[in-house]
Amino acid sequence: MNQALAAEFGLDADEYRRVLDIMGRTPSFAELGIFSVMWSEHCSYKSSRVWLRTLPTQAPWVIHGPGENAGVVAIGEGLAAIFKMESHNHPSFIEPYQGAATGVGGILRDVFTMGARPVANLNALRFGDPANPATRRIVDGVVRGIGGYGNCVGVPTVGGEINFHPAYDGNPLVNAMTVGIAPAGRIFLSAAAGIGNPVVYVGSRTGRDGIHGATMASAEFGADAESKRPTVQVGDPFVEKLLIEACLELMATDAIVAIQDMGAAGLTSSSVEMAGKGGVGIELDLDQVPQRETGMSAYEMMLSESQERMLIVLRPGAEGIARAIFEKWELDFAVIGHLTGTGRIVVRHQGRIEADIPLAPLADQAPLYHRPTAPSPPPRPIGSLPAARLAEDLVRLVACPDLASRAWVWDQYDSTVGGQTVKRPGAADAAIVRVDGHRLALALTTDCTPRYVAADPEAGAAQAVAEAWRNITATGARPLAITDNMNFGNPEKPVVMGQFAGAVAGIARACIALDFPVVSGNVSLYNETAGSPILPTPAIGGLGVLADAAQAVGLAAAPGQDLVLLGGDPSHLGQSLWLREIAGQEAGPPPPVDLAAERRHGDFVRARIAAGGVAACHDVADGGLLVAIGEMLLAGDTGAVLGPAPDAAGFWFGEDQARYVLAVADGAALLAAAQAAGIPARLLGRTGGEGLTLPDGATISLATLRSAHERFFPALMES
Amino acid sequence: MKAVVTVMLKPGVLDPQGKAIGQALAHLGFGDVGEVRAGKVFELELAQTDPVAARNAAESMARKLLANTVIESFKVEIAGAATP
Amino acid sequence: MRAGIVVFPGINRERDMAIALERASGRAPRMVWHRETDLQGLDLIVIPGGFSYGDYLRCGAMAAQSPVMESIRAHATRGGHVLGVCNGFQILVESQLLPGALLRNASLRFLSMDCHLRVERADTDFTAHYQRGQVIRAPMAHGDGNYFADDATLDRLEGEGLVAFRYVAPDGSVTAAANRNGSARSIAGILSPNRRILGLMPHPEDLVDPLLGGTDGAPLFEGLAASLAA
Repeated sequence: MNQALAAEFGLDADEYRRVLDIMGRTPSFAELGIFSVMWSEHCSYKSSRVWLRTLPTQAPWVIHGPGENAGVVAIGEGLAAIFKMESHNHPSFIEPYQGAATGVGGILRDVFTMGARPVANLNALRFGDPANPATRRIVDGVVRGIGGYGNCVGVPTVGGEINFHPAYDGNPLVNAMTVGIAPAGRIFLSAAAGIGNPVVYVGSRTGRDGIHGATMASAEFGADAESKRPTVQVGDPFVEKLLIEACLELMATDAIVAIQDMGAAGLTSSSVEMAGKGGVGIELDLDQVPQRETGMSAYEMMLSESQERMLIVLRPGAEGIARAIFEKWELDFAVIGHLTGTGRIVVRHQGRIEADIPLAPLADQAPLYHRPTAPSPPPRPIGSLPAARLAEDLVRLVACPDLASRAWVWDQYDSTVGGQTVKRPGAADAAIVRVDGHRLALALTTDCTPRYVAADPEAGAAQAVAEAWRNITATGARPLAITDNMNFGNPEKPVVMGQFAGAVAGIARACIALDFPVVSGNVSLYNETAGSPILPTPAIGGLGVLADAAQAVGLAAAPGQDLVLLGGDPSHLGQSLWLREIAGQEAGPPPPVDLAAERRHGDFVRARIAAGGVAACHDVADGGLLVAIGEMLLAGDTGAVLGPAPDAAGFWFGEDQARYVLAVADGAALLAAAQAAGIPARLLGRTGGEGLTLPDGATISLATLRSAHERFFPALMES
Repeated sequence: MKAVVTVMLKPGVLDPQGKAIGQALAHLGFGDVGEVRAGKVFELELAQTDPVAARNAAESMARKLLANTVIESFKVEIAGAATP
Repeated sequence: MRAGIVVFPGINRERDMAIALERASGRAPRMVWHRETDLQGLDLIVIPGGFSYGDYLRCGAMAAQSPVMESIRAHATRGGHVLGVCNGFQILVESQLLPGALLRNASLRFLSMDCHLRVERADTDFTAHYQRGQVIRAPMAHGDGNYFADDATLDRLEGEGLVAFRYVAPDGSVTAAANRNGSARSIAGILSPNRRILGLMPHPEDLVDPLLGGTDGAPLFEGLAASLAA
């Protein structure tokens, strides 16, 4: 046992010295393994913690903020929504199907471990250049993996987002979000309590899967990434489904003191965190752990990332009732230890003590880094621009990878199971899922525009929060809280750390201004291959609530409606898709985020929807105003005639924030109401007919627009 | 005693998986591959020590569960049966 | 109507089905755990959708061997009604209560989208509240819905009028494009010879509420509730 071995485990010289200090002796192999995973970036947040502390996490409706397995907010009628988004980026590059599948499985467990029945999944995905042959293989595997797991486990996949950019060529992002519902008074936490209480293992058996997955997620890929294949875990959605049902059945009794899933770093992180949070000790007997393979060492069992396993602290004497439930569901159940008053984790195996570590210093003396930051270089200035050709540019934009129809993807995800999906993927700015047996509904979205964040981390991250808020607002729902999934490169590079710090500041600014706190999150660093980082991607998962699902508004316009732009005339072309796709430039500052305007405009829109009379609503985002109009027409299968308007590219394709397009029966009434409220508004035109007629008189048939919009994915994936 | 049960779609039943694999092989430059059929292999550890009894047991399992004889045919091999 | 929903491990549309049945009949169905064998007093047994036993061997194969299936067989032999949807349809063909098999979708991809179905006959307890030839919409969500049977079986099903639903275009015409999973003769659902067992792949139970996009599935359950009113 020495420094060189510690380095192989991912501990640097200073960290290894701390281990020696804490232990007062040379650690065993298993002990070193426990330190290395608990102090990995993935488990300890050692580079990000100082920044994450600055995020706003409070609101009257927040029941549990960050620090639990997932965030919990009150949604009314005595119910709570429990949700979180988490990355599974590194495994998804090595083995896209299993990486994505186990990502879905892991986030589901984070939510049902708190007592919630999962009711919706979403996914924020980023892939490399479509022209790169590897991209097709990764898209195929990730989409199949998400579908394969989510469809089987019976939780509808209702939304998400997909971007393509060469910066993700060697490092795709798979961020999975789960939302569940529980009675607000029946939330289960992970802090262990009750000395002598039994510690129980349930779920699948332990094998050698994914050993050191947590440390893999904490180091960047070299050229040998492909050869790391053996560490990838394999998911079993069938067992997960049984585990959900069995856990919820047990949670209906009073048998559980504390419960946590075995995620990254498996038995180690679950036992250490549960005992540590409860301020107790824990003793484990590994001979009792259900095993799938023979001859496993203590080190292997403690670090295994075999999927679909949970650790539970039971009330004394509750073993019988718990065992009966898990045996009914044909799941493994074993008492593998008990809580102690020693404040230490003691691991026994085959008659020997393999690990004996004091828990407080393992947590308190975990490394915490104030890594140096450096500002991002300013974005390239915008060069000379071609004149906008509205019809032609629109057809090209709706066909581009970042705007093309995602139907090919959605059509492989079961979005209706559960019988509560009010707005399916693509039907509204946020997915709408009703709460079983209630009129209440949740509005769910994931958002981030990484090119904005790369150009200006603070403004770009604030934009991501604002867009999530806007997407929820556009359905009529009240935004409540977010989960943030921070995907960045190597934090040891000052510019990357500066992106992270800037993004946290932007999220904080937007969350405070919009009353939209962060209640859970996940950080994924070292997203680099061969020294080249991804675009900074702070993906935001937003949750809102509607008192009555019947009030939810979609984005599909119908014939005979007035189209009204709210929020002011757009003009900002910096970092727009028009600039990238039509002018061939990734340049300029991202659109500024005026949070006061955002809030004023959004609150007006929500009030108009609540008052009735808004038939459809869509925010102006990627691609700008004309793309937003096109999307509303395609969704509603109607044409429109647009009236006189500026012919500048900035008006039609600028990506200014805080803007919505509404389809209403009476545009004049809406204009009057907006004027009274001091909100800029403009009548754009009226829906109807078979095509989109532009102010210059040119008409694009809906069929042309549709075929352009729907071409990309089938052409990429099925050719 | 070990039995190996191979289950294949019957001739005439469309095998889209086999077809897709065949196309993929062709894309990879294996142009001389004709029809591809995909199937399943089951390895069964059996308590029986008599090869005939083992075969009977495995065939019964195949008929009852491992194969759907509406669409699939199966073949049973007893490992080491040739050299008892 | 006293309905029972059979719950195998891995089934996941049992709640959707319960909502649809209760909405139509006013009575909550009984949830029947797969190890139960006593189905006395039930008029209708429903095997819902999902992934019984993970669909790991073949879809429905392991559930078809389960103890409750003998009781379902006896219920069917007594002339009782059985409805199998999606995985339930797969279980019914694996247990040979209905003929044929359900293969991987021709595209080899999971298909989750609304499809259009043509009601092929309205004189059954399942379709009594539809019109013959009516086109209805229903969500589908399956990886293995590609109906297969040999020509003789298909001819017999057609000849005896046992095809209940076919995948069609919105105008009711049978087209290759509308038959997304590649089913033989565009068959989406079939009946037993006594027309008391129906198996179908799409999910009428997920379209019984205007808020969720339509009510085209509701007449199936309302028709059953009216026929089996007790």
